[in-house]
Amino acid sequence: MVPLSFPLPFAELEVGRHLYWQIGGLKIHGQVFLSSWLVIGALLALVVAGTRKLERDPRGAQNLLEFLWEYLRDIAREYIGEKAYRDWLPFIGTLFLFIFVSNWGGALVPWKLIHLPSGELGAPTADINTTIALALLVSLAYFYAGLSRKGFRYFEYYVEPTPIMLPFKIVEDFTKPLSLSFRLFGNILADELVVAVLAFLVPLIVPLPVMFLGLFTSAIQALIFATLAAYYIGEAVHEEAH
Amino acid sequence: MTSWFLFAAAGAPEGGLFDLDATLPLMAIQVVVLTFILNALFFRPVGRNVEARESFLATTRTDAKQKVLQAQRLEADLSNQLKEARQKAQSLVVDAEEEMDKLYRAALASAQAEANASREVARREIDRERKQALGQLKADAELLGDQIVQRLLAAT
Repeated sequence: MVPLSFPLPFAELEVGRHLYWQIGGLKIHGQVFLSSWLVIGALLALVVAGTRKLERDPRGAQNLLEFLWEYLRDIAREYIGEKAYRDWLPFIGTLFLFIFVSNWGGALVPWKLIHLPSGELGAPTADINTTIALALLVSLAYFYAGLSRKGFRYFEYYVEPTPIMLPFKIVEDFTKPLSLSFRLFGNILADELVVAVLAFLVPLIVPLPVMFLGLFTSAIQALIFATLAAYYIGEAVHEEAH
Repeated sequence: MTSWFLFAAAGAPEGGLFDLDATLPLMAIQVVVLTFILNALFFRPVGRNVEARESFLATTRTDAKQKVLQAQRLEADLSNQLKEARQKAQSLVVDAEEEMDKLYRAALASAQAEANASREVARREIDRERKQALGQLKADAELLGDQIVQRLLAAT
């Protein structure tokens, strides 16, 4: 427990400390993988439970899964377009579900009860590695989507509507993953920090509104990430009406 | 006890907020694998299920609409038939009433004619018998008168 006599009790927060695992010569953050496996496990458990017996009149978890599917389908269809959304629905949907369950898991699961030798468990999305990995996947996805659908005509996108746009569009390819990853990372980490700091300062009642705000932010961030990913892919596969 | 923002400020040799390492590519691979797993376990089967239901609902709805149309057509047909049948029945009733009326009048007329005829016959009979009776009376009276005259004449 935290002694109350501290001038700054949040010194106990362990931001930036990691549980290092060695794989060959590589170091990885063990706490991120542990919590991400829990997230993936929860997702798979839900999916397996809900799709074990699909019926025309849905019951139980199948309702939830169908609601999620239609929600994600609507996002993908709205931003990618009627023609290509089927290919990218699983990617967009996985991004949304993984980020959403990660964020909410980070906010709702009492990770503090599990003690690690170093660092602490939390939302996998509060680690910059995870968010950059997701953002780079989005970049790869929209390049692949554009190139596979339009071939080298994809690069016409860089000079449309005028060649003046070329440098801006090239810069955009770098800012897109940067903004995606830092937005998610910053929001989730800040939310965890605020909740932790408040919980240390005033342990009862007071952090609750901030926790609810955190849940709200978490959901919004998942939606924003998935929507922007869909929008970028839609932009890449979009055919100009010549 | 190390203050947390010293770590964040990248003063530490190990760790820190922006500590990029092999976590990044492994996490990317993990998410790609998760995408394929979720596609196989979730997106494809649930999508098939939802779309099958949507098409089922669409076909059922068009079927139902066609059936409603058919029912409406049948209803219109039947109500037309009903109207025709009613009109036919009405005209039959009117015809029957007219015919009955005609028959009634004819029977009445013939009965009246017959009654008139038999009354005429009876009147003639009566007339004839009265004339006969009058003639007889007259003859009897003359005979009596003649006898009176003869008796009177004989007495004198």
